[in-house]
Order: sequence, then structure tokens, then C-alpha cells
Amino acid sequence: MKALLADRAERLLHFLWSGWAGLAALALLAAAWQAGHERWGDFILPDPLATVQAVWVLAWSAEAQDLLWLTTKRALAGFALSALAGTAIGIIAGYAPAVMRLVRPLLTVILGVPPIAWIVLTMMWFGTSSTTVAVTILIAALPVVFVAAAEGIASRDRGLGDMAEVFGYGTLGRFWFIDLRQAAAPLFPALALALGTAFKVAVMAEMLANAGGIGGALARARAMLDVPQALAWVMLAVATLVVVEYGLVRPMQAEVERWRRAAQPWGIKR
Amino acid sequence: MSAALDLRRVGHAYFGQSVLSGITLSIGAGEVVALVGPSGSGKSTLAQIAAGLTDVREGRVTRGYARHAMVFQDPRLLPWATARDNIAFPLRRSGLPRGEWPARVEQAAAMAELEAEDLAKYPVELSGGMRQRVAIARALVVEPDFVFFDEPFTALDVALKRRMQDLVIAASRRAQFAALFITHDLAEAIRIAHRIAVLELRGRGIAGERFLPEEPATRTEEHCFALRQRFLTEDPLFRHIHDVDERRRP
Repeated sequence: MKALLADRAERLLHFLWSGWAGLAALALLAAAWQAGHERWGDFILPDPLATVQAVWVLAWSAEAQDLLWLTTKRALAGFALSALAGTAIGIIAGYAPAVMRLVRPLLTVILGVPPIAWIVLTMMWFGTSSTTVAVTILIAALPVVFVAAAEGIASRDRGLGDMAEVFGYGTLGRFWFIDLRQAAAPLFPALALALGTAFKVAVMAEMLANAGGIGGALARARAMLDVPQALAWVMLAVATLVVVEYGLVRPMQAEVERWRRAAQPWGIKR
Repeated sequence: MSAALDLRRVGHAYFGQSVLSGITLSIGAGEVVALVGPSGSGKSTLAQIAAGLTDVREGRVTRGYARHAMVFQDPRLLPWATARDNIAFPLRRSGLPRGEWPARVEQAAAMAELEAEDLAKYPVELSGGMRQRVAIARALVVEPDFVFFDEPFTALDVALKRRMQDLVIAASRRAQFAALFITHDLAEAIRIAHRIAVLELRGRGIAGERFLPEEPATRTEEHCFALRQRFLTEDPLFRHIHDVDERRRP
């Protein structure tokens, strides 16, 4: 138990230490922003510091917190739906090539329709509600998860399954302990991508359907030509996504993919 | 005494092409039988049928043992689990209480001569020989009374191969399991087994078998070498064991 905790603490410290590079990149972005602000003036690109202050004020206002929570809830609901449905259908298609052949063309069609078109359709079907947002996310994020799950199962090492069978594992045991574990490798990056898509589509759907949340607030800022407010909302949306991704998806991935770290030469870990 | 494993006229075909037919072989309790034959003669298929991985299409397989285990040509370790968890993997289905797992794992690791600090490593951090040791420990952890070895040391270099063979000889002596050891290396068969069965060139039955003198553990190097020379030069059973052109196989 102690060793497990020590291992986790070590990984967390490594992760925080690797954050320096990320901070440097963010500092560069801030510098470019400042330069842009000085070149084009306050109206086009407001002062980054002023924007950060606006974010700070917004983040502590109860009204803004409600809006953020609403969008996060919608995005997470859509993400959970697409993750569950995508994984389930993907796994079935991974085992059954016939299902894969049937589903692939459908996915191409679904992927071919831009998310904005889906928003228009779901708005007409479900009105301006949370369902509209969730269904749009489901349609936009499902294909990525599906393909990853299907590939993960289809490209599994069957030798491991045979090994498990020799030691008395039945079909369900092999699925749970062997196949699902192998599918996790491609699945987690796809889930991170799907989560990002979920937030983006949620804001977009809210804005277009005027369904409140961050998207609604952005629409209001646009109507008032309030650039600092719009930028502040964008930053808040990104911050929420980062919190959810690094608080939920990445730790799960790090837990499942612990062995990959062992495979890395030491220089890359830092 | 009933046999640990009894194969009666076992046959198999892939897509209508017969790869094995009329294989009859019986292995007694505690007996190690090496099955030799040129590559492509269907040895691995036979091991898979005997272990229950492939359905029996023809003939009958009777298993008189209680628990079996298998060591494959590639170690087939779970890349996401440490050596310790890999060794413990079969225990989940053995009915052994979880509290007794660590002791069992340590015991199996000791038999495979694995060191304690290596048990915390992932397969990717271990060398080829160490991975095969983990695979052997994983087979021994369930305390099997029958072990299938499917060309387990083919991919290892000569020195490593010998060490692994010594390991199997010592383990079979200690744990008293019966084994079917598939190999195309006659020298390996002579070192490890009590009896050598030779598969017919095209998998049509067992061409013949030879009982080896003494216990494998007491057989000297000179004795093994002399036996090998005698088999290869004087015994017609082993005449074709090395002269197969796999390109000409149907």
C-alpha cells in the first residue's frame, strides 16, 4: 500500500515538474497576445491582464458559476452518453467483422455532416433544452470513441486470450481481464478527444440554440460587442475543460497505462 | 494406473487440409514426454488440442490430471501487469484464497529462480530469458500435475536455453508433474524427457518412441551427447528429423 502511494506521489510530482514546459508555452502565448493588444488596440484584442481580471471576477460570481456548471453538466452528460454508446458498439464491431462492415459507412455519413447542421436539426427536434446539447454531443463524439474501441478489440493479441483460456478463464473472464484491457490503450486518447469535442459542441449548441450556459453568455457578449467579456468566457470554458480532463480522464489513463511509463527511457519521463 | 493424458487417434484439419491424423499417445503421471518432429509437422496443433485450446475434430482426448498449465513459445505475459501480477494471474481461477496468493507467487518465483526485485518490474523491463522465467513461474503457481510446453525455448540463445532446461528438469523433479514437451530440438528432448515420441513427417501418427535411461536430473552431459549421436547416426526413427524442406510442404 505504501509503495503504491509512493509510486503515485512520484508520478504526480513528475507530472507537475513537466508542467514547466506547458507554462513556458502559455507565457509565449500571453506575450504574443500582449504584442497584438499593443498593435491593434483595446477593442480588437483587450489587455491580457484585464482579461484575466475579468475571468477572476466572473469565476467568483454566483451567476457565472451557475452558467459554467450548466454547460459542464451538459458536456459531461453528452460525453458519458457518447463514451458508453461508442465503447459498447465499438466492442461489438471489434468482435464481429460483419457489424463493423455495416457500421463503418454509417459513420462516414455521420462524420460528413457538420456538427452545426446537427445542432439545427436537434434544435428543431428537441427545442432549446439540455437534450439538444446532449444529443448533438453524442452524434459528434461517438464516431471517435467507436473507432478506437473497435480497433482496440480487433487488433488485440489473441495469444493472451489463449493463455488465459489455458488457465481456466471463460469468455467473460477473457473479455474483462484481457480484451478490455487491450482496448483501453487506443480508447483513452479517444476519450480525451471526445471530452474536448463535448465541451466545444456544448458551447456551440448553447450559443446557437440560445440555451443558456457559456454559449448563451458568449452570444450575449457578441450582441454587446463586449470583447473582454467574450474572451473571459472562452478562457473559463477552456479552464473548465482542462480541470475535467486532468481531473478525470488523465488520472484514469495514467492508472491503466502505468506500465507504459516503465517502458520509457528515463529522459522522456521528465 | 490411469494415464495423465491419453490421446486416441486424434486428428485435425485446417480448411479441409489434414494436418494431423491418427495420433495415439499416452502419458503417465509424473512422466515427461518430449514430442519431436520437424517444424510444420503439427506438433503445436497437437499440444493445443491436448490442452483444450482447439476443439477435437477427430479421435478422443482423455485428461486424467487435475490441473494443467502451459508454457508457450513466446512468454505471453500481460504487458500491463508486473511480473508478480503476471505470475498470480492463474490464481484468480484456482479457487485459492487471496490471502495465500503472495506466498504461492513467491514459491513459484523461487522455483523459476526469479529474484525478489524483479517481481515488481513490468515485462517490458525484463530480458527475453527473464520473461520466459516469469512464464514458467506462472505455469508452476497453480501447482499443476500436467504442464504443456509448446517449444518454450526456441527463441532463446544456447546458454540461456540450457539454463531454462535445467530449470524445467529441477521443477519437474520437485513438483512431480507430468508434461508434454513439444520441441524440434533432439538435444533438448534428450536432456528433459523420460521418453521421446517422434511425430511422423506429415503428422500422420506417431512414427515411434524411445524410452531414455535414467532420470533426466541424473543424466550427464556426456551421456546426453552420446545418446544424441547414436539416435542421429544409428536409429532410423530419427533419420528424417532434420531434413524437411518447409517450402515443399503441402
